[in-house]
Amino acid sequence: MPSTRFVERLNTGKPIVLDGATGTNLQARGLPMGTPSDFWVLDNPAEVLRLHADFLAAGSDLILTNTFGSSRPNLAHAGLEERFEATNRQAARLARQAAQKTGALVGGSLGPLGEMLEPMGTLTAEQARQAYAEQAQLLAEEGVDVLVIETQFDLNEALAAVRGVRSVTDLPVVCSFSYDRGTRTMMGVRPAQMAAAFAEAGLAALGINCGRSLEDNLKALQELRAATALPIWFKPNAGLPHSDAGGGLAYDVLPGMMGSQAPIWLQEGAALVGGCCGTSPEHLKAIAEAVKKPA
Amino acid sequence: MDERIKNIFQCVVEGDNNGVQEHVHAALGAGMDPGKILNEGLIAAMAEVGRLFEEGEYFVPEMLISARAMKSAMAILKPHLTSEQVGSAGKVAIGTVKGDLHDIGKNLVSLMLEGAGFQVVDLGSDVAPEKFVEAAKTSGVNIVAMSALLTTTMVNMKSTITALEEAGVRGKVKVMIGGAPVTDAYARQIGADGYAPDASRAVAVARSLLG
Repeated sequence: MPSTRFVERLNTGKPIVLDGATGTNLQARGLPMGTPSDFWVLDNPAEVLRLHADFLAAGSDLILTNTFGSSRPNLAHAGLEERFEATNRQAARLARQAAQKTGALVGGSLGPLGEMLEPMGTLTAEQARQAYAEQAQLLAEEGVDVLVIETQFDLNEALAAVRGVRSVTDLPVVCSFSYDRGTRTMMGVRPAQMAAAFAEAGLAALGINCGRSLEDNLKALQELRAATALPIWFKPNAGLPHSDAGGGLAYDVLPGMMGSQAPIWLQEGAALVGGCCGTSPEHLKAIAEAVKKPA
Repeated sequence: MDERIKNIFQCVVEGDNNGVQEHVHAALGAGMDPGKILNEGLIAAMAEVGRLFEEGEYFVPEMLISARAMKSAMAILKPHLTSEQVGSAGKVAIGTVKGDLHDIGKNLVSLMLEGAGFQVVDLGSDVAPEKFVEAAKTSGVNIVAMSALLTTTMVNMKSTITALEEAGVRGKVKVMIGGAPVTDAYARQIGADGYAPDASRAVAVARSLLG
């Protein structure tokens, strides 16, 4: 029996606080530069667990599994296909283990496959559907509460992803796009087109994540709100990074700035809010405090 | 503009693959200068595609379709061009940095550079600094272009610049970078010569670096 916790929680009408970034935070904790963050699920699970715990302590109601780049095509590209089953199962277990302590929900993260679909690329829609299906199945078997198809840019890939997830589980599904050319994705998709394409797909929420600046993400949110009645998932990134004195990466958007924006996101129609790249547990804490403050 | 050139230009801008092939054949048959077809027809059309992309009128699909039309026209035209006319704008060694397997953006930059008359040596993705150094040493290469999509891998742009310095070839090539998390400020901080926010502007940056 699939979990109904996500929908129940969403139906209370109270905003849901999501989590922050995985890659940039693990990097700050010693993930070697150039190593995809998914590798630490098997190689350094303690640190993955600690990051989950830090987001939960900061106020997350829902954390995502560290599986963004763990589709079979992505892993195969890195020569790590043999990890496919183990890393997805372990990532879901780590997130659940952390979430159990606070009763938070766990979302199974499904990222883009890294190749373009026909006719732009060589991947067929059926191959894409299968890749999302097999990853979603592992995450569903490990007990995630919701599947989150994120950072999408191409309607065809996202539609194949939703079909794939639907073919293996009855769990609720969220689909989130990255509007990194302002309010259009790199393929030119607008929030309204996305809303229309998924109007009949039975999604639990439509989303926006990553993208460019907080301002552009807010505009995308306003456009999406006008085009759909579904709950909106909103995880903007903390601006774009620059190199700090030590050669590491720093983000311009400080925790307080994200915190002061969060009430505006709710006001503009987001129901689930968090942050993408550059969003540390401190940023997330500021968001959670602003969102949960009694009105 | 000459009617034949106008047709070729229009077909590339609209991504009409069959149309551009027909018109290039016709132009060659009529004795038109192949260099003129290349510069005023194909390269000028890709510059227009770049402009439409920057203006937010064109997106990746339109750009890819136009680049394909340009490539098929080039295949017809190439035997008629002198070696100086092919890739005369410069020679670029391009790759996605070590640890990063994303090549969609890098491939778009390659296509646009080729469309602008550059010769492109594609090193692929997950390219180690040593590989970039090796390519920088090859004859004729005057630009090294690096791409990164991940915040966890963009730091390898800096490692590559350091490797170029240590190998003594930094002075031989200009370095340009790009990719979703990359900014102009980051490029300046790590000592790159240029930064482009997208594939179209990468062409302008490459030109200005060699200008």
